Amino acid sequence: MNDAIIKLIYLAAAVCFIIGLKRLSHPARARSGNAIAATGMAVAILTTLFHQEILSFELIIIGMIVGSAIGALFARMVKMTSMPEMVALLNGFGGAGSALVAGAEYLRYMTLGQTPPPDVAVTIQLSVLIGSVTFSGSIIAWGKLQEVITGTAVTYPLQKTLNGLLFAVLLGVIIYLSGWFPNPQLLLVFVGLSLVLGVLSVVPIGGADMPVVIALLNSYSGLAAAMTGFVINNHGLIIAGALVGASGIILTAIMCKAMNRSLGNVLFGAFGAGAETGSSVIVAGQAIDQPIKQITADDAAMLMAYGKQVVIVPGYGMAVAQAQHEVRELAELLEKKGVTVKYAVHPVAGRMPGHMNVLLAEANVPYDELYDMDQINPEFEQTDVSLVIGANDVVNPAARSNPESPLYGMPILDVDKSRSVIVMKRSMRPGFAGVDNELFFATVTSMLFGDAKDSLKNLIAEVKEL
Amino acid sequence: MIEGLVELLVVFVLAMFVGFEVITKVPPTLHTPLMSGSNAVSGITILGAMVVAGRGDTRVASILGLIAVIFAMINVVGGYMVTDRMLEMFKGKREAQK
Repeated sequence: MNDAIIKLIYLAAAVCFIIGLKRLSHPARARSGNAIAATGMAVAILTTLFHQEILSFELIIIGMIVGSAIGALFARMVKMTSMPEMVALLNGFGGAGSALVAGAEYLRYMTLGQTPPPDVAVTIQLSVLIGSVTFSGSIIAWGKLQEVITGTAVTYPLQKTLNGLLFAVLLGVIIYLSGWFPNPQLLLVFVGLSLVLGVLSVVPIGGADMPVVIALLNSYSGLAAAMTGFVINNHGLIIAGALVGASGIILTAIMCKAMNRSLGNVLFGAFGAGAETGSSVIVAGQAIDQPIKQITADDAAMLMAYGKQVVIVPGYGMAVAQAQHEVRELAELLEKKGVTVKYAVHPVAGRMPGHMNVLLAEANVPYDELYDMDQINPEFEQTDVSLVIGANDVVNPAARSNPESPLYGMPILDVDKSRSVIVMKRSMRPGFAGVDNELFFATVTSMLFGDAKDSLKNLIAEVKEL
Repeated sequence: MIEGLVELLVVFVLAMFVGFEVITKVPPTLHTPLMSGSNAVSGITILGAMVVAGRGDTRVASILGLIAVIFAMINVVGGYMVTDRMLEMFKGKREAQK
């Protein structure tokens, strides 16, 4: 097929991706958008089969069958609670794919006995660097999410210095290899060092910060694809890669803002390292010495059923307890009694951006009842009961009022402004940030201790009896 | 040579801006499908992987290409299908009550 025609078809595919992303602006249109993007991809792949450089199709077909089978199996089997793990792995695979393509291009120059021109050499190595870092970093992120690797931040002396040094060495190699000294062995060392850099950069980041890391690696996997596009001179890769790169950067920024932390602090701050490892970042929360108020399921049911508006604040604890279905059942019962029920989702609730919304959608909660922080915060004052399920740091009023708190400045859901608050919690254990929560001791608050699922079942039974 | 690089850079920078414009309009509710959907899009590297795997350079290069095709295809198929699975679950009030 003519080169110009192939390029035009790639352009059409890129347009499909952009339209697909555009349609993600509303849940009702999103699914068709995804289908449009997939069509663009399919057309681009089919077109590539006509690429004049392709001589044999065996490996391509084998690879596509194997990859499709694994991908399809993965997509079917994965539980919605495990979406962060899946996205982490896919980030890694995307990075690895791009790095491999760039590496193979380098080998091609070698076998042809040519020296890649400096600009190509630089892009090849950038692609290998970003792709490899994405791959090994994502595997570590996956390990932390899956709890194969410890979720706490692993720190050791001179950590930042060592990582900085490693990065400097890698840049040195890029300059050396691009400066007209092609050397396949050194490229192999380069790959090895890049993989090590990926591991070392993610290891010191605590489990609670994984949403940021996954978003960032998402961006890297796109940038790696874009770099590979520079290497093989392919606009399709560059545009698609840039779109993914932009998306990851935006999500990273949103996550950081929602935690009131800079990206630098997330990446190098070792937040959540805990007292055992001797990190000084966390000021252990001042223990609050005040009585707390407990509530029984029947009182809680009464409080909610006779209110006008109930706001449910789900946190990761709800997902762990797999209690989303009970939450929806309770909400439906309350709605039948004439109560307005809304869900307030903090940007960092769950283990990745938007995770909580997916879990609630899975439990058949309609998306128009899901409110994000800016929409719901003005409504708490008119709310009779806020039901906090397994959320902690994102509802801690200390973030607003206590400059001493490590959470200070983080935007939170203002549940303490509602007329009463019911907090469902396993125990008084502090949240990820290791800080006591003033909300639990507030006069409007009552605690309902126990497993979220069991407590919800009790609540449902009590509401039914009213 | 450098001219070619500059042209690609133009495409890259403009595409980044398009990306920022489009993606800032995605509501937080859909951020997880956005990420898995971008996984599928970053599988675009399959276009390069196919050429490398089918070009018949050296054995090593072809095998690298094969692995790259597998990885990229997992992203394309897995990313698209899981995104579809998620988006199917998002229902409006009327649909959800059915």
